[in-house]
Formats: sequence, C-alpha cells, structure tokens
Amino acid sequence: MISDLFTTTVLIGILASGIRLSTPYLFAAIGETFGQKSGVLNLGVEGQMLLGAFASFYVALTTGNLWLGLLTAMFVGALMGLAMAYVTVNLHAEQGISGIGFYLFGLGMSDLLFQKLMGTVETVKGFPEIYIPGLSDIPGIGKIFFSQNILVYLAYLLVPLAWFVLNKTTLGLKIRSVGENPDAADSLGVNVARIRYFTIILGGTLSGVAGASMSIALLNVFQQNMTSGLGFIAVALVYFGAWSPIGVLGGALLFSFINSLQLWMQVLSIPIPSDIAVMMPYVVTILVLVATVSKVRAPSALSKPFERGD
Amino acid sequence: MTETDKLPSGRDRIQSLEMRGITKRFPGVLASDHVNFDVKSGEVHALLGENGAGKSTLMKILYGLYHPDEGEILINGKPVRISSPNDSINLGIGMIHQHFMLVQTMTVAENVALGLPSSRGVLTDLDRVSKRIIELANLYGLKIDPSAYIWQLSVGQQQRVEIIKALYRGAALLILDEPTAVLTPQEVDELFVIMNQMVRDGHGLVFISHKLHEVVEISQRISVLRDGRMIGTRLTSETTKQDLANWMVGREVGFTPDRGLVECGGPRLEIKNISCGSDRGTPGLRGVSLDVCSGEILGIAGVSGNGQRELAETITGLRKTTGGHVILEGADITGFDPAAITDRMLSYIPEERMRDGMIKDFTVAENMILREHEKMPYSRYGFLNLREISQHADALIKKFHVKTPSRETHAKNLSGGNIQKIVLAREIFRTPRVIIAAQPTRGLDIGATEYVRDQLLEQRKQGVAIMLISEDLDEILALSDRIAVIYEGQVMDIVPRAEATPAKLGLLMAGVHPEAA
Repeated sequence: MISDLFTTTVLIGILASGIRLSTPYLFAAIGETFGQKSGVLNLGVEGQMLLGAFASFYVALTTGNLWLGLLTAMFVGALMGLAMAYVTVNLHAEQGISGIGFYLFGLGMSDLLFQKLMGTVETVKGFPEIYIPGLSDIPGIGKIFFSQNILVYLAYLLVPLAWFVLNKTTLGLKIRSVGENPDAADSLGVNVARIRYFTIILGGTLSGVAGASMSIALLNVFQQNMTSGLGFIAVALVYFGAWSPIGVLGGALLFSFINSLQLWMQVLSIPIPSDIAVMMPYVVTILVLVATVSKVRAPSALSKPFERGD
Repeated sequence: MTETDKLPSGRDRIQSLEMRGITKRFPGVLASDHVNFDVKSGEVHALLGENGAGKSTLMKILYGLYHPDEGEILINGKPVRISSPNDSINLGIGMIHQHFMLVQTMTVAENVALGLPSSRGVLTDLDRVSKRIIELANLYGLKIDPSAYIWQLSVGQQQRVEIIKALYRGAALLILDEPTAVLTPQEVDELFVIMNQMVRDGHGLVFISHKLHEVVEISQRISVLRDGRMIGTRLTSETTKQDLANWMVGREVGFTPDRGLVECGGPRLEIKNISCGSDRGTPGLRGVSLDVCSGEILGIAGVSGNGQRELAETITGLRKTTGGHVILEGADITGFDPAAITDRMLSYIPEERMRDGMIKDFTVAENMILREHEKMPYSRYGFLNLREISQHADALIKKFHVKTPSRETHAKNLSGGNIQKIVLAREIFRTPRVIIAAQPTRGLDIGATEYVRDQLLEQRKQGVAIMLISEDLDEILALSDRIAVIYEGQVMDIVPRAEATPAKLGLLMAGVHPEAA
C-alpha cells in the first residue's frame, strides 16, 4: 500500500539508503567535474568504475584486505585515466568517441577478468557501518547520517574539498582557465597538457573509488555490468550540477533519494510495475536537465583538444 | 646600475633586444627567412606586413610560442634561450595578442594571477594581486577595477587588462599585435597616450599593424616584412605612407578607390523600427530604422558588439525580430525564412566567413553553389548536375582570380583572401538586388582588400543597394555614400559622407552626440 511509505521507519530507511546510494555518484561526478572544468569530457567513467569495482572486489576477496582493494581500484582507475589523457591530450582524439571506447573496454575487460579469475558470483564482507558513540544513537538522524560506512563519509568530505580546490587555490585557477581559454592559459605559461593529465587521472582515480564503493561497501558483490549506466548518470550530474561540486551534490542526492524511494516501493510491494519504478530516477534526471538547461554554461573549451598556434 | 635603468614597475630595462637570422619553416612554407629585427629601450618599433608576411611568426618566436629552426636572440648583447612563454616572461618580454588572451568568466585579478606563484603557496592571493594591480594602474595611468569580470569590460578596457597583465609580470619589452584593430578612434588615441608614456619610461615596444597612418603616428622606426623576408628598416621620419604601402605589397598600390558618382535610385531595402534580442539575452537592436537606395553604399559604423551582427542577421532572416519590419523592394519580408529572402535576390557576405560564409571541408566548387544549389542549372529534381557545377566553378575561379590549386581543393586550405573571393563570387554572380556585406575585408591583406572593395564599388555602379557593416572606419569612409553609426543597438545618427570625419564618427561610436560633447 502507498500508505506504507509514510511510516517513520520507512522514511528513515529511504533517507538513509538515499545517502548511502549517492556515494558512487559523488565520487564519479566530482572526478568528472575536475575533468570537465579543465575542458575534457570523459565518457569512459562507467568503464573506469567497472574495472575499479572488479579490481577492489577481487583483491578484497583474495587478500581479505578492503583497503588494499580500495587502493587497487584507485590505481586501476588512474591507469585508465592516464590512457584517456594520452589519447585525448597528446593524440587530440575526439573526446566523446574515445570515452565511449574506454567505457566499452572497461565493460568487456571487467567481465573477462571476472570470468577468468572468479567465474561465479561471490560475496565479500565490505566496509562496515561505523558506529559513532552518541551521534549514531540520535533517533532518526543517527540512522540517516551517522550509521554509514567510511566511503560515504569520504564522499561527503570530497564535496567541500573539491569546491575549495577549484575556487581557492592556484591549481583551481589553472584548471578553470584551461577549461575556459587554454590559449590564454598557455600564453601565461600554464602547462595545459599537464593540467589536463592531472584532472583526467584524478577523475579516473575517483571513478575507481566509485566502483569500489559499490563492490566492497554498498553491494559487496561483483557482477557483469553491475554499474548499469551509473557512470553515465554521473556525467549527467556534472551538467545538472552546473560544474559546481555543490550542485553535483544536490543532483546526486535528488537522484539517489528517488532511487531509494523506488527500491523501497518494490520492497513494500506497492503495486507499481517495477519497470516503471526503475525508470523513475532517469525520467526525473531528464526532466531536471531540461528545466535547468538554459541557465548553465559549460566551460568554453569543453571537449575541444588544445593545439598551440595557427 | 643607476636609478634611470629601472622602469616604474621596478624592473630593469631591456636596453636592446636583437633577433638575428631567424628562420622558421612550416611544411611547404618558409615563414621566416633569415630575418633580423631589433628593439631598443625607449622606442616604438613598428612591424609592417601583409597577412602571411611572417609578422606573427616572428613575434611568436620571440614570445616562445614557436621555436626557430635557425637564428639567435640577444638581450643586452647576450644570447638567450626562449623555449616557452615562461622563458620570455622571465626575460621581461610581454605580448598583447590580437585576440585577447583573457578568460571571460574570471575577474581581472584572477586573469592577472593566472600562472603566477602565489604568496600563499597553494592558496590564491587575489587580494594582494588586486592591490598590486591598482598600484601599477596608477603608475601607468590605466584605469581598471581588479574585481570586475572580463565579460563586463569594453574591448578597450580588456586591452588595458592585457597591458597590466604584462606589466605585472615585469615586462620591459612589449609586443602589441594589431592592438588598434578592435578600438574606436578615441580608444586608439588613449592607447597611444599609454604607449607614449611607456616609451618615455624606458619600455621598448613592438607595434604590429597594417594601418599605415597609425604606424607613422606612433613609431620611431618601421620595419617591413614580405613573404617571410625583411624588406628593410627605416626611421619613421624618413618614410612616407606610399613608400610603406609599396614595400608591403611589392608593387604600386592605389590608395583611395575611385568611387565615381552614381545616381541614387529609390530605396531597395527599408528597415522600420526593428528590434531583436542578442545571444546574451539582452536587447540586440532597439528600434533601428534605415534605408538603402539602389546604387548606394550605406556604411554601418560602430564598435564591435553594438548590434552589427544582429542587424545583418535580422535582415537576412537568421535572427527573429521582436518588432518592426524589413521591406525589400516594397515587399514586407519580416519573418521570412532565409531561403525565401535569398530567393528575393538578397546576397549576404557574413562577418565570420569561415563559420557562416562557407563550409571548410567542402571543395571550392561546392562552396560556390551553396546558395543556389537547388536551382537550375546546378541541380534538377534533387540531382546535382556535376558537370555544370564544375564549369561554373572554373568560370568563377577565373573571373574572380581565386588562387586555388583546383576547384576540388577544400576551402580550408586556401588563404583568407581567396576564401573571401569565393564568398564574393558566389554572392555577386547571381546578380543580387541587395548585398549585406559584414566586415568584408577583416583580416585580409592589402591586395585582397583592394579587390573586395573594388568589387563592391562595381556592384554599386550596377545599381545594387549595399549595406556595408564594418568596424574599420577607413573602409567605411572610403566606400560609403552615407554612414549610419550604431551604438548599443540604436542608430546614433546618419551622416552623409561629405560631412563625416573620423572624429565625428568616433564620438558617435562611443555613444556621444558631437553637439552634446
């Protein structure tokens, strides 16, 4: 029944899992924000996430060390970022297409490794919920905000940190200038290639973490194509959030709350076809993107390769 | 080192800078052929030359953007290595690029601070940068607000930001690449005041321009480049404009095209109280009324971004109007789509010829039929008549002296002048009734400019009504019968050619009525 949704327990459950579900979006979309701010559109996020998800899961499964798994995911993501940077910065490849290439590579490679190394779906014991004395016991609030795993907290720390780096540091100034007018940045001695390498590799690293947050913290399994489009949603969230980490946070929350809502609706057997329920977050994303489209302006040099001189 | 060896900014002067035997090859082109060039403290050395003569290449080498294949650069007699803009900045060389190197979405202070180490390590120190900007601005008489966003500033102000940027980095020697191309006459005067002060203070300036009267006015020495070779260096006091023009082109140049007298017919194009928006959402045109007669060139003068683009686009049907009427030969064509307007024999030479005037990756022949490709004889029932198209292209290439390896060459491989000839050929050959020509000679060299202007005058003689939109006052004055000055989307005044002077137009372009001034 619809009315089942409006009990305190269910509402708290929806909010708590909404916060939790936003983790992979935040990592991936904040990483993508850095890339796009510097003028690089990386559509390969999904592939980076899948490889990160597999790598962290496999390492955690075989060594039992979750942190080692997380580090491996970061390393794999960075490596993917490095390859993306080489292709787009040095070879001036079309960013959208090469991004799709990297996505397909990540999709296929993660599945291949999964088949070869594991073969069957297994589970690990992922990052546990952290009990914070006092805070976790607050009714409602404690369950929603203070009973989450470590990656959730890291994701939320990343938001103000990213904002600070982009707006208050010389590095942020360079990143923004490279995304708006690389010729100007170049003429002032800013190394455009180096900045873009940095942001793409950072984006890959964070995408790796995003993948790990699914396989060893949120779901604690690895399956073929387990991200199912989440990486692409993360790219959309960057537009949605108007290239600001705070905006991205808003988008990630909206999206994961709706996602959480539809999951609970299925759990409670509310009579809505599950296909429709699963579509909800995506439909809302499209609607909000349409509604916000004219108010935001992308970095001027987004997806344009930089080459010196004429 | 005495006190006088310092510049007001506190940096040492560059007593002399010398480029020796600079050679730079690009695939198939010798862009710079053993060029010698030098600048001294306290002088403006003008560098003249047509497009493609190698001025920019030479200056990009000096600024570290290109690396020369041969040759050396000496500062105060000592050889230096410049392999990146960082090196040249550290040596005290600054460059004001023709297209400003500013990030529009950032503030003045952010643009100045970009790329420099901060006094707070990884954190920005924009408050300190702002303070220093104000100090420098006072020293050099440049008014600027460090917290303003670049997009809020006028072109003249943006140029000042560029100068501050260079001074902030301790530039003792400044390269100004066509700094006057985008300014009103008054802004040019202001720039010259600043330049003269900098020279008095001991800076060395390289001034690139192809406006001869400016070069003669501001410089002490003039060097002329042609086809990558240095033709010569002279003291300004010992040359004339005519000599310089001949050197640049390598032959005698006719200076003012002969306009001849043509009887004005009735109005062919009337614009009544037209309004429209701009891309920024602000009003683009606000109640503009104009008319152009047969056999007349109506010049539209104004500083860039005052509604010129919107004017051309509303007439050609590319932009929606929010009020008013466009009347072509008595018929109201307001709201017609561009194809219908084209069919009424209105031709359009767009401002951005590479973007709006042609398709870069199409061949010369294809570009020549872009406007008429659906008509006989170029196509029938939707099928292109390739033989006809080829013959047409060959005929136009010959008639309009387009320098191209063949009609199958892609347009992007041609020079700006030849690309404009293709646009011109396409738009004129169809015997239009009205021509809208926007910035038809921008970026073209003297030879091509001369050609385009002659063609427009020829069309005028044929009785075509021509609206000439140009930011180049010399061009407006040389070609127009009447001159309308546009400012912030409104027509300030319409002046007959005989009563127009650069000073009068300049005031109108700045939004001031001469009577009120």
